[in-house]
Amino acid sequence: MTQWSGYLGLILQGALVTIELTLMGSVLALIMAFLAGMGRVSRFFILRAIATAYIEFFRGTSIFVQLFWAYFVLPFAGLSLTPLQAGVLALGLNVGAYAAEVVRGAILSVGREQYEACTALNLARWQGMRHVILPQALLVMLPTFGNNAIELLKATSVVSLISLADLTFQAQVVRSQTGSTLMPFLSVLIIYFALALIISWGVRTLERRMARGLDGVRV
Amino acid sequence: MDWDWNFVWEIMPTLIQGVKITILATILGSILAAIVGLAIALARRSENRIVARSVGWFAEFIRGTPLLVQLYFIFYVLPDIGILLPPLVAGVIGLGLHYGTYTAEVYRAGIDNVPRGQWEAAKACNLNGRHTWTHIILPQAIPPMIPALANYFIAMFKETPLLSAITVLELMNQAKSVANTYYRYIEPMTLVGAFFLVISLCSVVLLRWLEHRYGRIER
Repeated sequence: MTQWSGYLGLILQGALVTIELTLMGSVLALIMAFLAGMGRVSRFFILRAIATAYIEFFRGTSIFVQLFWAYFVLPFAGLSLTPLQAGVLALGLNVGAYAAEVVRGAILSVGREQYEACTALNLARWQGMRHVILPQALLVMLPTFGNNAIELLKATSVVSLISLADLTFQAQVVRSQTGSTLMPFLSVLIIYFALALIISWGVRTLERRMARGLDGVRV
Repeated sequence: MDWDWNFVWEIMPTLIQGVKITILATILGSILAAIVGLAIALARRSENRIVARSVGWFAEFIRGTPLLVQLYFIFYVLPDIGILLPPLVAGVIGLGLHYGTYTAEVYRAGIDNVPRGQWEAAKACNLNGRHTWTHIILPQAIPPMIPALANYFIAMFKETPLLSAITVLELMNQAKSVANTYYRYIEPMTLVGAFFLVISLCSVVLLRWLEHRYGRIER
């Protein structure tokens, strides 16, 4: 029984690393999503081109390839990353590219009359974006952001392959030390599922909270 | 960072070998996902509440957990209960099951989009359940969902590198073994990325064509 609790501790340690990765990756993804998503609806050709290139590149190549590239190839270019840094970088940039399209879609989904109202009120482009368009667009983005966060949580499992001791990695450690297979993998699957449920619950709560002030506004 | 073209030509045949396995796994996985998705979508519409509920929860669970851990589960746990699968078969089953839960949503939307009148007309013509599905509902439901299905198959293609973790010799694994043999990571890893980018850009063109040909449904 003591042995079993030792292994459980190992798996919980892995869970902490997974949570840490998910949080840091999500923050980077969120930043990239807004930069690239607003870049795609920019007036300036060069910003649109950069944002499109970023999105197509990171959506076109696999997260797995990006991770390996960040971990194995960048050191040759003089940029050595720890597994955690490489993981956060690859996950954030990859999921950020997917979420950027969500940001773009949400901004475009805000009705024309809202833009016209901004003009009528003589708001500058940035003011209109900040006070009128984004608050409404944010509500449209939230559910899909929740899905993206769950995709990111699931994608964190690949960092175990560049030797970062996350949940999946610890499951492999327990498997190789005990020879038992069902216990580590089943418990890890359940922990991932529980984390995914927590994310979707959190996003739903946030959505309700944010929708509160906008009751009469939404069409 | 120095790029060696001779080395690139030297490793090209090995990588092409890997590309073949990657494409094979994607095609087999897509076929399985198409079948599993339909089965899940039909089971969730079942009259039997217990079947519908439990299949629904099973699909939620698969979708909320990482493919990598599921692959480990199939590859390491199943042999303990006497099911010994070759790596490629285990990989294809993992891909098919995982993406089957996604395609199930596409089928659900497609079936819901068939107008009620069609069901009533089938009943009026005295068709039995099987004939209603095979002659009336599915022929109308499936063409509009082809682009959405293809979208998931492209996503699956980008997840095939995970199969390298269960020793399938696909593109990523070939590249890793080449890289480890010569201790040169730049060329193999970049080439893998290039292969993925080229194939997925081509498939985006194909997807646009499919959308043009069959129209588009909202998920």
